[in-house]
Amino acid sequence: MVEMRGISKRFPGVLANDRVDLDVAAGSIHALLGENGAGKSTLMHILSGLYRPDSGTMKVEDRTVSFASPLDAIRAGVGMVHQHFMLVETQTVAENVVLGDRRLGFRMDPSAIRDTVAGLGRESGLDIDPDALIWQLSVGERQRVEIVKMLHRGARLLILDEPTAVLTPQEADTLFDRMRGMARAGRTLLFISHKLNEVMELAETVTVMRQGRVVDTVPKAQVSHRELVRMMVGSPVLFDVTVPPVQQGRKLLSLRSLRVENDRGHTAVDNLSLDLHQREILGVAGVAGNGQRELAEAITGLRKLQAGTIELDGFDVTGSNQRRMIDLGISWVPQDRQHTGTAPNLSIQENFDLKHYRSARRGPFLDRAGQSRRAAALLAKYRVAAAGRHQPVRLLSGGNLQKVILARELSTELRVLVAESPTRGLDVGAIQNVHELLMEQRSRGVAILLLSEDLQEVLSLSDRVAVIHSGRIMGILPRARAEADTIGMLMAGVVPEDMAT
Amino acid sequence: MTGSTASGTMPSGRLRLRLEARDQPGLLTHLAVSLLLLVAALLLAGVVMTVAGGNPLDVYRSMFGAGFGSKWGLNDTLVKMVPLTLASLGVALAFRMKMWNIGAEGQLLMGALAASGIALFAVPPDMPQWLALVLMAAAGAAGGAVWGIVPGWLRAQFGVNEIISTLMLNYVALSIVQFFVYGPWGERGFGLTPMFERNTWLPRLTEYADQWSALRGLTLHLGILAVPVAIVFLAILLNRTKFGFEIAMVGDNPDAARYAGVRLRRTMIIVMALSGALAGLAGMNEVSGVVHRLLEHISPGYGYTAIIVAWLGRFNPLAVAVVAFLFGGLIVGADEIQSAGISSLLQGVILFVMVSGNLLIRYRIRLREPETLA
Amino acid sequence: MIAFLTAVLASGVRTGTSVLFATLGELFTERAGVLNLGVEGMMLMGAMTGFGVTWLTGNPWLGILAAMVVGGMMALLHAFVALVLRAEQVVSGLALTFLGSGLSAVLGSPLVEVRQVDRIPTWPVPFLSQIPVLGPILFDHNFLVYIGFLLVPLCWFWIYRTRQGLELRAIGENPAAADVQGIKVMRQRILYVAFGGVLAGLGGATLSLALTPTWVEGLISGQGWVAVGLVIFAGWDPIRAMFGSYLFGALRRLPIDLQNFARFRANPSIGYFTGMLPYLFTIVALLTVSIGDIGRRWGAPAALGRAYVREDRDA
Repeated sequence: MVEMRGISKRFPGVLANDRVDLDVAAGSIHALLGENGAGKSTLMHILSGLYRPDSGTMKVEDRTVSFASPLDAIRAGVGMVHQHFMLVETQTVAENVVLGDRRLGFRMDPSAIRDTVAGLGRESGLDIDPDALIWQLSVGERQRVEIVKMLHRGARLLILDEPTAVLTPQEADTLFDRMRGMARAGRTLLFISHKLNEVMELAETVTVMRQGRVVDTVPKAQVSHRELVRMMVGSPVLFDVTVPPVQQGRKLLSLRSLRVENDRGHTAVDNLSLDLHQREILGVAGVAGNGQRELAEAITGLRKLQAGTIELDGFDVTGSNQRRMIDLGISWVPQDRQHTGTAPNLSIQENFDLKHYRSARRGPFLDRAGQSRRAAALLAKYRVAAAGRHQPVRLLSGGNLQKVILARELSTELRVLVAESPTRGLDVGAIQNVHELLMEQRSRGVAILLLSEDLQEVLSLSDRVAVIHSGRIMGILPRARAEADTIGMLMAGVVPEDMAT
Repeated sequence: MTGSTASGTMPSGRLRLRLEARDQPGLLTHLAVSLLLLVAALLLAGVVMTVAGGNPLDVYRSMFGAGFGSKWGLNDTLVKMVPLTLASLGVALAFRMKMWNIGAEGQLLMGALAASGIALFAVPPDMPQWLALVLMAAAGAAGGAVWGIVPGWLRAQFGVNEIISTLMLNYVALSIVQFFVYGPWGERGFGLTPMFERNTWLPRLTEYADQWSALRGLTLHLGILAVPVAIVFLAILLNRTKFGFEIAMVGDNPDAARYAGVRLRRTMIIVMALSGALAGLAGMNEVSGVVHRLLEHISPGYGYTAIIVAWLGRFNPLAVAVVAFLFGGLIVGADEIQSAGISSLLQGVILFVMVSGNLLIRYRIRLREPETLA
Repeated sequence: MIAFLTAVLASGVRTGTSVLFATLGELFTERAGVLNLGVEGMMLMGAMTGFGVTWLTGNPWLGILAAMVVGGMMALLHAFVALVLRAEQVVSGLALTFLGSGLSAVLGSPLVEVRQVDRIPTWPVPFLSQIPVLGPILFDHNFLVYIGFLLVPLCWFWIYRTRQGLELRAIGENPAAADVQGIKVMRQRILYVAFGGVLAGLGGATLSLALTPTWVEGLISGQGWVAVGLVIFAGWDPIRAMFGSYLFGALRRLPIDLQNFARFRANPSIGYFTGMLPYLFTIVALLTVSIGDIGRRWGAPAALGRAYVREDRDA
């Protein structure tokens, strides 16, 4: 079906693909496995016409192709479902599916479009409502729209980029069924993943990438879990965290019956109560978009509470603004490093000082000497790889950016740390580093609320694991009883029978 | 845009050009490119003038001569520079925070109006001159500030687009001034108020001609002292104070500023108040230092030119003042050849060319060829 | 009283037509995800060109045509600087306004002396214009007003009922999504920006050839900016844009309509306050859509003002 030879692609500062070869057999389910930053998405963006390769050749169905745009790729039968869905939020499902279809006449007949799309959904077993507006849909539904969209355009090769990243385990199972069905019907499926389990479950052939190169392509039947890990990371380590036993301290943060709305005015956090103790990591597991962000913003004072109270160390701090919460010792590592956590064009030094500047005792003036001293110290302590403290942070890599944020958030007199997906998108070394920093804070007595979509991470770091679904806490399990299966059920909003008491 | 990681291609015939972001363009690159662009802008405007039937060389020569060629020209240029610098610094302050205050014209008018009100009705002829001037300056700043606070508050509280609201308020301010100069404060329907008392005039250099005879006839007034004061004030505010740091944060990333505990609404309103106050001071300078009365056409568009000046000076106080000086000369030159159109044409072309040429500063342009692979 | 209101509304429709064209033009520009703050400059150039060409040729329709071409060319300049060179759209648009006012002043200086040119003729629609109240309001106007009547439903149809309209809404909301579906985002954006300029030029010429048949420097007096505001007020919808424009037109003419009343003639200074009304109306209009839920439902195109470059990487 696909034959890629010697594909290279360079971005400023990175060689994203380095002479990559890839063969995909027609009618197969093929996995592209690798860590974040291994070059999988870049390769698929090239195959789907979004990027042009700097060098190399491609054949699709034995014809040499050169895609100048995604349109060329679709015409050749290649369609891609992106990790960030490419949907127009204000339009209906039907409108999204037919968008860009030149077979449509000048005048659009809404009812005809609706019928076509509904029919296509039924045929492929992907259940969609053609009249729904995209922004009203859940993530799983949006993904179905994306797939139907590609089928409508006649995709014979369907590329899926991290298709399960935002799904509950149960939704992922349904998706796998549909994918197998499509393969049986003669379509070729190529999916990107960094999760071993799903690759082992679904794929017939696996291509492993690391640092922009293909390590190997192997039939799944002939490879073990362990061998795939070794190919992926170069050495068979995943998370190696020691959670030293500590004496839990007194209750520091207490959330009672919180209700918070999201930007659209819908309830995002619903009657949520949690207690957080000194020297404790409370992990909150959940599929993205289930109220984690709103919860973090509510605790840190950025989002208004509709109801409920927040107590810090026995004092009622409900309704305090961000500034007060910072002064009270609540640190926050936000999920969105570039848009929330840092000011991209300001220097590293200034980003270190984003909050701290207020505490200088110089009246209305900045303490510039103190700033530089502090910046130099933090730069060294957190080993930020940068040209100097005056470099704008937009030039930093993801891992170094996160170091800057951590350095800022952990260098204050903090009592509570809210950490949102602190290792997302980082490489193994950087992840290790972040985990160690979290453990160090835990030993120092900080109460840590860890919100993460990475179940593995939550399980390996947390003293207790809470599961959030639709803004509610489905259950809280101590470390010893927190098993992936149970938590997966809870993440999907199902309470297992042995817990339903 | 993701800053320096941004790169892209422009189709250009068969050659593909590749843009590569410069990490931090140096001062020299800045200056060299700006100078090049200025020349390009003058050439372009010259083409237009030729089309319109003029001789651009003559025009440029007489304009330059009028603005910078003599003691008298420099005097006039400096007189124009005062309101232009003040208004431009105000605009630059707001732009630093990505508040698009294009209402400096209205803020200037309201400042002039308020200062005139004081001069006409609150200053008895025997009041000491310094006191009268301080009162007028305070009123001018307050008048401008009010005209800045309104759109600032509408934006902070309700999210009303400040570009539109500041601009609409320019027209409202003009109507208010017209009402006063043709109505209750007017003199015989000519659109101007009576002349103010002498103690409300900013002293002119020519008044010191007894001590230094070289100053005889120079109309430059003490308002020029406001220029260095405002530059220093703004430079300190922006670079050395906590509030200035907050402005930088909000300007770069309002979400990060909110996250860091900056009170966004408060900051927006204060910045708009200061921005308006600076423009208001410019208005006070005009009535008190130049015409000594309020009239309908008190500003030949200083508030609009200020937008260009602020942008060309890259919102840097000192650079803004330098550009304001040059543009002051431009206005004097345009007066000389009696065409306000030439002045706004030149301003438009210069801004346009500089905006497009900004690309040369931000990016290197390279031929796009497969590079040798590491 | 009814006679007065009829007169106010009729002149509102007539006066509002020029800003209606500009508003519709900016509406398409912004629907495509591009902010063009140069409307005032494009209208000025349109007004000057339309007047000048009519003076030279004696044919106002040629004047209209030339104004549209010039408006489109000005807009292409913005498209080049803001989209191809990726300069900041706000600044590029401002520059276009300055350029337009300067150019129109220099090139139009000989036209200031011209007293009289042929204006766009008025044509009362037979029978319909005889209807009491509605007749004078809707059917006793110059041709450009009727073109406005036709244009509004056509724009609506284009945006909501055609394949091109679907693509237009997509490139303003999520250009990446449109791009992967094979839509040429850059080309379409440039075309819509140019179309916006064509309509702005038409709006300018409407003023100089139908409403106040003269040319003076700064003739547009802020109507281009009003158009930008009305697009927001209209929630990017052509029907609401029409009502907004006519309302603005009525307020703009109010000082003159009020001259019919002796009380107002006696006190001319009231004119300065009624003169503020259209501008205050624009601010209040923006305020009403900014407060509460309306703004959320009538939201701006999500990608408005942001350049789209395919190879931008999410770091």
